[in-house]
Amino acid sequence: MRIVVGHLYPGYLNIYADRGNIAVLDRRAALRRHELEVRSIGIGDPVAPDAYNLLYVGGGQDREQALVAPDLVEKSEAIHAAHASGVAILAVCGGYQLLGHGYRGRDGSFMPGVGLFPHETVAGATRMIGDVLLECELEPGEKHQLAGFENHAGRTLLEPGAEPLGRVLFGFGNDGESGFEGCRIGPAIGTYLHGPLLPRNPWLADWLLAQAIAHASGGDPRPLEPLPDELEAEAFRVAAGRARKRGRRR
Amino acid sequence: MGVRLGIETLAARGVGALSRVAGRGGGTTLPGKLLWKLDPGSVDALAARLPQGSALVSATNGKTTTTAMAARILGSSARLAWNQSGANLLSGIASELVSARRAELGLFEVDEGALPEASVRLRPRVVALSNLFRDQLDRYGELELVAERWRDAIGGLPDETTLVVNADDPVVASLADGRPQALRFGLDDARHARPALQHAADSKYCILCGTPYEYAAAYVGHLGDYRCPACAHARPSLDVAAREIELHGLVASRFRIDAPAGAVDIELALPGLYNVYNATAAASLSLALGASLSDVRVGLEAFSAAFGRFERIPTGGKTVVVLLVKNPAGANEVLRTLETGVPPVLVLALNDAVADGRDVSWIWDVDFDPILEHVGRVVVSGERAAELGLRLLYGGLPDARLEVEPSLERALDRGLELVGAGTDLVVLPTYTAMLTLREILSARGLVRPYWEGERP
Repeated sequence: MRIVVGHLYPGYLNIYADRGNIAVLDRRAALRRHELEVRSIGIGDPVAPDAYNLLYVGGGQDREQALVAPDLVEKSEAIHAAHASGVAILAVCGGYQLLGHGYRGRDGSFMPGVGLFPHETVAGATRMIGDVLLECELEPGEKHQLAGFENHAGRTLLEPGAEPLGRVLFGFGNDGESGFEGCRIGPAIGTYLHGPLLPRNPWLADWLLAQAIAHASGGDPRPLEPLPDELEAEAFRVAAGRARKRGRRR
Repeated sequence: MGVRLGIETLAARGVGALSRVAGRGGGTTLPGKLLWKLDPGSVDALAARLPQGSALVSATNGKTTTTAMAARILGSSARLAWNQSGANLLSGIASELVSARRAELGLFEVDEGALPEASVRLRPRVVALSNLFRDQLDRYGELELVAERWRDAIGGLPDETTLVVNADDPVVASLADGRPQALRFGLDDARHARPALQHAADSKYCILCGTPYEYAAAYVGHLGDYRCPACAHARPSLDVAAREIELHGLVASRFRIDAPAGAVDIELALPGLYNVYNATAAASLSLALGASLSDVRVGLEAFSAAFGRFERIPTGGKTVVVLLVKNPAGANEVLRTLETGVPPVLVLALNDAVADGRDVSWIWDVDFDPILEHVGRVVVSGERAAELGLRLLYGGLPDARLEVEPSLERALDRGLELVGAGTDLVVLPTYTAMLTLREILSARGLVRPYWEGERP
C-alpha cells in the first residue's frame, strides 16, 4: 500500500526533531511492506484534501510559528475536509496549538487558528518544561503509556466534552491543572509531547499508520503486525523513568 | 568597601584551596559562589581593578575555544584573569577575579544567559559575539529570546565598548547595527560552502521581512553569505575575513586572515571549519584589544585545544580522539570533519543531565547520515544510549553495525577492542559524558585533571 504524508511547513516547523517522527513512520511502514511518500506543503501551496492519507504539523520557535500561522488559517477549509474524510493527523507542540481555535498572547492579542481541535491556548507567564508520562486509551480497553518531553508557555484549554490524548501520570500536560494532555478527534492527534514522540512510543506510530492505511485502502483500521521493538522498549523504559523521577507528580 | 572586599576575597581564596585539597574537582566555582553570595557588588569592584579592563566572549558554540585562543594571543603581553575551566556564569567569573592576582586584563567566556548581567558588572572594553544556534531549548529557551536579551545587554553598553560580531550570522550581525565601534568578521571562501542549508539551520528567514535568505555560500548551519531577495538585507561587509581556507581532515587547517591592518597566514592545529570561525573570532577580539597581526599568528599557531573540546589521548598503541558534541550545529560540524575519512569505529555517548540538556530530541536534528553509510561499527553509550541507538537505526544504520553499551567505561574499552593497532578511536560525548570519560582516562593516568592544565 502507498501512504501519502503531507508534511506542513517542514522548513519552518521542525524544532523538536519532527523529522524523527517522519523517519519512524517511514521505516515502520517499510518494514510492513508499505511505501510512505512524504510531500512538503509550504506557504502558499494549495492543500488538496483527497491527496493525503496523513497530515503532519510540527513545532517551531515563536518567530517561525508566527510566519506560518496566517497561511495555515488559509488552509483551514481543506484541513477540515481532509479530517472529515478520515485523513489521519499528527500535530505536535506549535502545530497542536495552531490547529485549535487560536492563541491568546500575554498582551491580549488573538492569533486565530484552524479550529479543528476544540481548544484555545492562552499564553502563560512561565514555561512548563520537563519529562512527561501519559496513560492513553485510544481504543476501548487498550491502555498504553506514552513518554515524552514538553516545553511550552501556552496553556491549552480543552472545551467541555473534548477528548484528551491521555491522562497525565507525571508532568504538566495541556495546562498544568486539568490532568490531561493533548487532544484526539477520530484519527487526529494533537500533543505537546516531543522527544521526538514516536521513536520510543512505537504503538502510537503504528496506530497512526493503521489509520492512514485505512484511509488509503478504504477499509477500517486494522492493527499492524508487531515488530520486535526491543531498543524502543528500552528507550521508553528510560524516558518513563525520567518522568517518574523528574516530572511533576499528578 | 575596601576592607570588606579584602576579607571576603581572602575567605573565597581559602575556600578554593580547600576545595582543591578535598579533591572536589578543581574548586573552580566554589570561591566565586561564596563571594557572589556574600556581596555581588564585589565582582564590579574586582573587575574595575583590572588596569587593562575586560573582554567578554559569548556564543552558542565555540565560546570556550575562542576564549582560549584569545588567551594564547593576548597572554604573551598581559597577565590574564581568564575563566579557563569554562565556568562561565557570574560565579565562575567571580572566582577567577578572586584567584587571579595581579592580573592586568580580564578575558571571560560568558554563558549566553549571563551576558546581560556580566555586561553591566564588568563594563567590558570589548564584547565578542559569535553565533546563535538552537541549543538546549529546555534550558535557554528559544533562540529569539536569547537574541532579545543580548540586544538589551548591548543597548546598555557605552559607545566606547567595541562590539565584535560574526557578520555571517544575520541575528548576531544585526546587534552591531548603529554601534560606533564595531568589528565584523566572517568567512569568505565559497569552496567550503554547503550545497544546501542543513536541516538544523536556524535563522534562515530575513530578520527584517521574513523572506527566506538566499545564500551565496552557507558555511556552518545558517552562518554564511546571505542576502534577502525581497528587501535586500544582506551580510555586511567584513572587516576581518578568513580566506584561502584549506582543511586537513581531523588534523589541522590553514587559512589567511585579512584585517584592516594587513594579512597574515595561519596554520591551525585544529580541524574543521568551525574552528576557523573560532580562530577568526579570537583574532578579531584580539585586534580590537590592540594585539598585532604577528601576535595573532604566533598565538593561534601555538594553540592546541581547549579543555575537552578536541583531545588526542594515546593509549597502548591506539589513540582516543575525543570531540565534544552538545547541539545540532556543533555536532554537524564535528561529523563534517569525519566525512573525508570516516573512522571504522565510532563511540557516541549521550547523557541528559542539566549541562547536557534534559531534552534529548536534538539528536534527531543532527545529520548523521553521511557517516552512517561508511562507518563500520558504532557503540552508543551514556544514560540515553537507547535513544541514540534508535536515532541511528531509524536513520539507516544496519542493526548489525550497532552496539548499545550504556556504561561509558565498557563502551570505551569495547571501542578500543574494535579498532586495530595504530588506529584512532573517535569518541563523541556530550558534556557530562566527556567529564566522565576524562575521569576514566585520568584514573588510568592518561590525561591530567583539568584544574592542573597549563596556563599560557
